Amino acid sequence: MTTHYLVLSALLFAIGGVGVLVRRNAIVVFMCVELMLNACNLAFVTFARQHGNLEGQIIAFFVMIVAAAEVVVGLAIIVTIFRTRRSASVDDANLLKY
Amino acid sequence: MSTLAAAIDAPTIEYAELSPMLLVFGAAMIGVLVEAFTPRYLRKSIQMPLTVLSMLGAFALTVWQGIQGVRHAAAMGAVAVDGPSLFIWGAILLLAIVSVLLINDDDHFVAQAAAVPGSAEEDRAISEGGAHTEIYPLVLFAVGGMMLFPAANDLLIMFVALEVMSLPLYLLCGLARRRRLLSQEAAMKYFLLGAFSSAFFLYGTALLYGYAGSVDLSAIEKSLSTVGGQDSLLFMGAAMLGVGLLFKIGAAPFQAWKPDVYQGSPTPITALMASGTLIAAFGALLRVFWVALGNLDAEWTPVLWAVAILTMVVGAILAITQTDIKRMLAYSSIAHTGFLLTAVVATGKEAQNANALSGILFYLVAYGFATVGAFAVVTMVRDPGGEAGHLSRWAGLGKRSPILAGIFALFLLAFAGIPLTSGFFGKYAVFAAAVSGGAVQLVIVGVVTSAMAAFFYVRVIVLMFFSDPAPEGPTIAVPSIGTAAVVTLAAAATVVLGVFPQPVLDLAHTAAQSLFVR
Repeated sequence: MTTHYLVLSALLFAIGGVGVLVRRNAIVVFMCVELMLNACNLAFVTFARQHGNLEGQIIAFFVMIVAAAEVVVGLAIIVTIFRTRRSASVDDANLLKY
Repeated sequence: MSTLAAAIDAPTIEYAELSPMLLVFGAAMIGVLVEAFTPRYLRKSIQMPLTVLSMLGAFALTVWQGIQGVRHAAAMGAVAVDGPSLFIWGAILLLAIVSVLLINDDDHFVAQAAAVPGSAEEDRAISEGGAHTEIYPLVLFAVGGMMLFPAANDLLIMFVALEVMSLPLYLLCGLARRRRLLSQEAAMKYFLLGAFSSAFFLYGTALLYGYAGSVDLSAIEKSLSTVGGQDSLLFMGAAMLGVGLLFKIGAAPFQAWKPDVYQGSPTPITALMASGTLIAAFGALLRVFWVALGNLDAEWTPVLWAVAILTMVVGAILAITQTDIKRMLAYSSIAHTGFLLTAVVATGKEAQNANALSGILFYLVAYGFATVGAFAVVTMVRDPGGEAGHLSRWAGLGKRSPILAGIFALFLLAFAGIPLTSGFFGKYAVFAAAVSGGAVQLVIVGVVTSAMAAFFYVRVIVLMFFSDPAPEGPTIAVPSIGTAAVVTLAAAATVVLGVFPQPVLDLAHTAAQSLFVR
């Protein structure tokens, strides 16, 4: 019964996606993106089980590494913004528009 | 244990075919080591030659591959070294070398990125002449990612390449020396939206893997005819993959990041992104939609039709309302993305596909050189606080600096697609391919929006030549040798491709002839 895992993965992905759209704090937005990536991992592993091959499990490892690299870059950018503006709210970053 | 070990075959990797990419990535690694082990005053004089020479070497290796006529999926089918890949590699490398000449000017980048803008720490860093030479390895990693992205023959490699290309660019966007708040904001917006879109790309990959049992593009293509009853997986996967890719090329409705990021980033980085990233992302988009989903074209063509029309209209209309030169160029880039998409949907028989592909390749090169040149000119028109971004500051530039304004006008005319510039043949090739592929209505929209786009290009030219200069107008920076070389090269390429385009057209045609390897 791998369907449950796929439903869970879709739910996690949706929660992450909605979080990115509605949350204000850049760190929380970023955590929601990470949640989406982990939902992808769950889907990969589930499909690997369904198809009976290892490819999906190996892909999950690659995704973890990429997600870790993304954390490094993302936190660097968010911390720099925070030091400048004393705020990590994505609503405050509003100089670039129109 | 021994039987298990015997069952695993070591993969074969064709190092010679992958050598251009390996050289670029290798130089990037050495660049990181240089940062760690050499004294500060030596770094720049090592990094700059290392960067340029490695990319020149990679270009030579690409040409060598092209002469040998290699067409084959290397590294166990993971990386496709075929005609389009080699052409795209060559184009990206040339444009990246030109952009690095622009990046080489110190005063575009922040003295110390960690220092808070306006603080004593920042003043000290500036007075000590601090500089981030890490920019060079970051650019090399980004360029390596750009080369791998369009050549990736399976979706996992494509995802990794997407991130290798994007992560350094997120950082580079935030490193402008002046107007640092804008620059940091651009970096954050680009990062959050980019990460969001790559999550979509990845979930699409997962769904297609669930459908086909493999992430190999050709395996997905084969599975289209063998797997039945899983259509929802297939369509959802293809759609999410499309979202990720359309975000990277900046097609509407995923274009929102482009103006912000182009405006906020250091201008040399904008030049690199506007040329290199666009080329790489189009290569990847074509590979996914033509190779993996090629037999599904009846389903995705209508969607891309709508996207192409929306992109052209949004780009052309919003560009008219812009008052900042870099934002205007960003919207113009969105409109050009739309023009290119008209040829992506014009699929058909093999000859038609080759025709459309060669048109796209030529257009990308022509547009890439014009856009690098235009941004190079933007770096030279300065206010006391940095570049003179507002269009009103450009009034009367033709009277104060006729050569610079003339060259900028040439690039704008190339964007507009006026004959005798490279843009004309690019547009002609793409629209002709779209017409023969049966997308006549799209081409009509394309021609109408081109006319609208021509309006705002010509408006800038009129502003530069026929209005009086502002009393305290911007200063024209004396260009460094690098910047002067970039402007000259880009102007020469724009004119040569407009007057004598046949060699490059032939090259694009030969590269496109074999289509994508499967």
